[in-house]
Amino acid sequence: MVVEDIVKALKLNVFGGNEGLLREVTGGYVSDLLSDVMGNALEGDIWATLQTHKNVMAVASLKDVAAVILVKGLKPDEDMLAQANEEGIPVLGSDLETFELAGRLYALINKE
Amino acid sequence: MKPGSSLFIDFEMKFKYEIEGGNFSKAGNASSAVKKILKQLNVPPSIIKKLVVALYEGEVNVVAHAWNGCIRVDIETDRIFVSIEDEGPGIPDIAQAMQEGFSTASQAVREMGFGAGMGLPNMKKNADVLDIRSDVGKGTVVEITTFLKKQE
Ligand SMILES: Nc1ncnc2c1ncn2[C@@H]1O[C@H](COP(=O)(O)OP(=O)(O)O)[C@@H](O)[C@H]1O
Ligand SMILES: [Mg+2]
Repeated sequence: MVVEDIVKALKLNVFGGNEGLLREVTGGYVSDLLSDVMGNALEGDIWATLQTHKNVMAVASLKDVAAVILVKGLKPDEDMLAQANEEGIPVLGSDLETFELAGRLYALINKE
Repeated sequence: MKPGSSLFIDFEMKFKYEIEGGNFSKAGNASSAVKKILKQLNVPPSIIKKLVVALYEGEVNVVAHAWNGCIRVDIETDRIFVSIEDEGPGIPDIAQAMQEGFSTASQAVREMGFGAGMGLPNMKKNADVLDIRSDVGKGTVVEITTFLKKQE
C-alpha cells in the first residue's frame, strides 16, 4: 500500500510533500512526543500526530516515515510545510480525532 | 562498494557541526547531515538507524538545555565515534537525568512534544557505548560509540 491509497480510502487532505505520495506504507505510529517517535516508530510507518511544527518533519525524515497525518483538522505551520515539500514527505490532514483515525488506519493497513 | 561486503570503510573521516542553543528551527540539521554521509558511505541501515536516534537526541538536548555546542563525528574502519560537547548549565546528577521521564524542560518545550525525559534513555538504548561527563555551570560532553560489525 502506498500513501496515496490511504489518502483516497480515508479522504485525507494533502497539504504538501506530494512528491512522496507513492511512498510505501508498512505500518503506523501514533504519538505527539518526538522522542517516543524517535525511539519507537519504524521506517515506512505513517505517523499521526497533533504537532504542527517544523521539528515533526525533522523527525519524520530522520526516521524515514512514509507520511505524517495531522488529526482533528489541524494545519501544518508554514515552515513545517516548506520542509515537507523539500523532503518530499507528504503531510496529510484528517478531521477525525486521533482515536477514530487510528482505528481506520489500523483496519486499512492490516488488511494487506 | 555494495552493501554486505565485509569492509565498507577503509579510511578515516571526521566531521564537525555547530549547534545553536535555543534554536529549535535548526534542531536535527546536524543529525540529518550525518545521516546523509553515512548513507553515502554504505554504512548498514541498521547501524545508521540506531546512531541517528542517539545523535538527534543529543543534538536536541543541546538546543533545549544548553547555550551552544558542537557535534564531532569520527568515522573509522571499525567504529563511529560521536562527541557532542556543549557550553551550558551542565547536569548536576547524571544518574537522575538518565531515568526515563526525568526532565527539566520548560512547559513551552514540552508542548512541542520535547521534554518527555526519553532522550537520554533513547541514547542509552541506541549507542553501543554512551559516556557522559558534565561540569555544572560549564557544560556537558556526551560520547556515543557505535561499532561497525563486519557484515557476512
Ligand atoms: N546537554 C545538556 N545540558 C544540560 N542538561 C542536560 C543536557 N542533556 C540532558 N540534560 C538534563 O537531563 C534531563 C533529561 O534529558 P532527556 O532524557 O534528554 O530528557 P528531556 O530532554 O526530554 O528533558 C534534561 O531535562 C536536562 O535536565
Ligand atoms: Mg532530551
